[in-house]
Amino acid sequence: MSEPAPLIQVSSVSRRFEPRPGIGERLAGALGLGQLPATVHAVDDVTLTIQRGEAVGLVGESGCGKSTLGRMVAGILPPSDGQIRFDGAPVMREGRRPVKTTTRMQMVFQDPFLSLDPRMRIGDALAEGPIAHGLVSPRDASAYVARWLSEVGLTAEAARRFPHQFSGGQRQRIAIARALAMQPDALVCDEPVASLDVSIQAQIVNLFLKLRHELGLTLLFISHDLGVVRHLCERVAIMYLGRIVETGPSAQVYEAPRHPYTRALLDSVPRLVLDDDELVRFQPIEGELPSPLAPPRGCHFHLRCPYVQERCRSEVPRLAAPTDADAVDARAVACHFPIAASALPPIDPAI
Amino acid sequence: MSEPLLSVRNLQTQFDTRAGPLLAVDGISFDVHAGEVVGLVGESGSGKSVTGFSLLGLIDPPGRIAGGSIRFEGEELVGASPRRLRSLRGRRIAMVFQDPAATLNPVLTIGEQMRLALAAHGERSPAVARQRSVEVLGQVGIPDAARRLSAWPHEFSGGMRQRVALAIALLNRPALIVCDEPTTALDVSIQAQILSEMRQLVTEVGTALIWISHDLATVSSVASRLLVMYAGRLIEEGPVGAVLRQPRHPYTAGLLASLPSQSRPGEPLQQIPGTTPALNDLPRGCAFAPRCDRADGRCDVAPARSGDAIRAVRCHHPLGGATVGGGDTDRFGAMP
Repeated sequence: MSEPAPLIQVSSVSRRFEPRPGIGERLAGALGLGQLPATVHAVDDVTLTIQRGEAVGLVGESGCGKSTLGRMVAGILPPSDGQIRFDGAPVMREGRRPVKTTTRMQMVFQDPFLSLDPRMRIGDALAEGPIAHGLVSPRDASAYVARWLSEVGLTAEAARRFPHQFSGGQRQRIAIARALAMQPDALVCDEPVASLDVSIQAQIVNLFLKLRHELGLTLLFISHDLGVVRHLCERVAIMYLGRIVETGPSAQVYEAPRHPYTRALLDSVPRLVLDDDELVRFQPIEGELPSPLAPPRGCHFHLRCPYVQERCRSEVPRLAAPTDADAVDARAVACHFPIAASALPPIDPAI
Repeated sequence: MSEPLLSVRNLQTQFDTRAGPLLAVDGISFDVHAGEVVGLVGESGSGKSVTGFSLLGLIDPPGRIAGGSIRFEGEELVGASPRRLRSLRGRRIAMVFQDPAATLNPVLTIGEQMRLALAAHGERSPAVARQRSVEVLGQVGIPDAARRLSAWPHEFSGGMRQRVALAIALLNRPALIVCDEPTTALDVSIQAQILSEMRQLVTEVGTALIWISHDLATVSSVASRLLVMYAGRLIEEGPVGAVLRQPRHPYTAGLLASLPSQSRPGEPLQQIPGTTPALNDLPRGCAFAPRCDRADGRCDVAPARSGDAIRAVRCHHPLGGATVGGGDTDRFGAMP
């Protein structure tokens, strides 16, 4: 089987945030007084492949490690273990001060109020990177900037203005234009529509659809909004407490999730209630996310899982294609006892 | 119908700025009946939160209530003395905010904050306060409530903190709780827990709720009546199902149509062009007209409320059909 080489290959990547104790704390620790702060296991042995031109949604609740994984993929945070390759080459040069090696992958952040320098004119902010990397000469910069502004639906006139003169939606367009001006093959987008109003969200989602279509962009789209992800991404990866628990084509995962957490997450999303007499029944997941300072042994979800068995408490389930009779699609699940497709009523896919 | 619990008439809340007065709430009227859950929906800057704050007399200068009337349990609140408002707040009307980390006092235990909330309205006995606190913490789904009274806010997760904030709001058995985006900051799984508990609570305790949110799906799963605001005005109201099935205002219809659930995956979402107008730069007449594909010359004059007590809309060209629609044709274009 000769699959095309993936554009982005995340192999067994982990990221721990270790405390850097001061001298006092170290001394106290050595003397057996007080405790050293614990290590946060933000991402735990994640493997993920993204093909050229594919849009993959990375979904999970706060604290699940999706942003940390996104920052590692974008090459702005080195992993503790494992490797991330972009088009075959490592994304970061290792060493004492790891550096990103490619400009072909760019990142768009959640809050365009924070990600744009308030004292820099839009035109300068957009031209800075491309000029530094020789993508355009300073002389041609203004035409270059105008082209990318028009790509995101803004006029060239915007280049002369400052970020505060734009609304939230327009600023997000500017942040996207700034990423695009580096002529990337791939974008990592961390919650790019979460801080926008509903009517503006639709505009930005449509912009991403258009950009994918026109530029053939590869997307890693991080979001907690299951509806937006389903709309934009043909494949989805669900994260829970540092691990990917399920991946697969969006349509299949949304209609018949096989991991109990995915199922519970989809059941939790409020739907529009169109019937006044209808009483919505939520099936909330019991309990809350365990602390990443001390993740539970075995399957991370076992404390809240309605189908938990003895094995789940001790043995970490590997992300693999299910081997039971229901395993008919291109899906991987990290669960010892995945839900059979026929076991539960289907989910209303309109999220 | 019986006398409503809350009756707001032509409420105007204004902020006096150097650039001139800004009408954040521009003449809105609605009723809330005892035990009813009313959803107040709008985007940022629509005036939904300012409406909530106005009800509790929490508008500080340069803001002020410039006109209209708020009758609550038969009593006029506009112009009531600060002392009287303070006595009502927390006892008859309570409020729950979006960010529980900002509403709870970080240097007091949960139990102490609850005791103070009761003492502020005359409950002097610590034993009674303790008993009541344990009772409401149980009602909002906090396990092992008696022990948690001595815990500090930072020891709770976000979802648990919001439950504590709700518990404090319930302490004095208020007739009305104004909830301002109470689940927006929470994860979906925690939001689902709180939504299902809230609905149960409302039936058990009989408290009326005003549920302020930007999220139509969340509101529709908790409220029975829906009020839609745009640029300080109430533009549509009615039973939740009726409004969502057959929105009559083009803005409501556009909002609904723009949800990802209303389009096939991968296809462009319907979008409302443009952005919400700034309050200091409101168009003449209907504030939605510049973004509306049904607008014509008539829209230069602000439309009056048309409809009955149950279902009403403020639009010269309301949608009458059964379909959800009213987006625009300008799919990719944007207004710089």
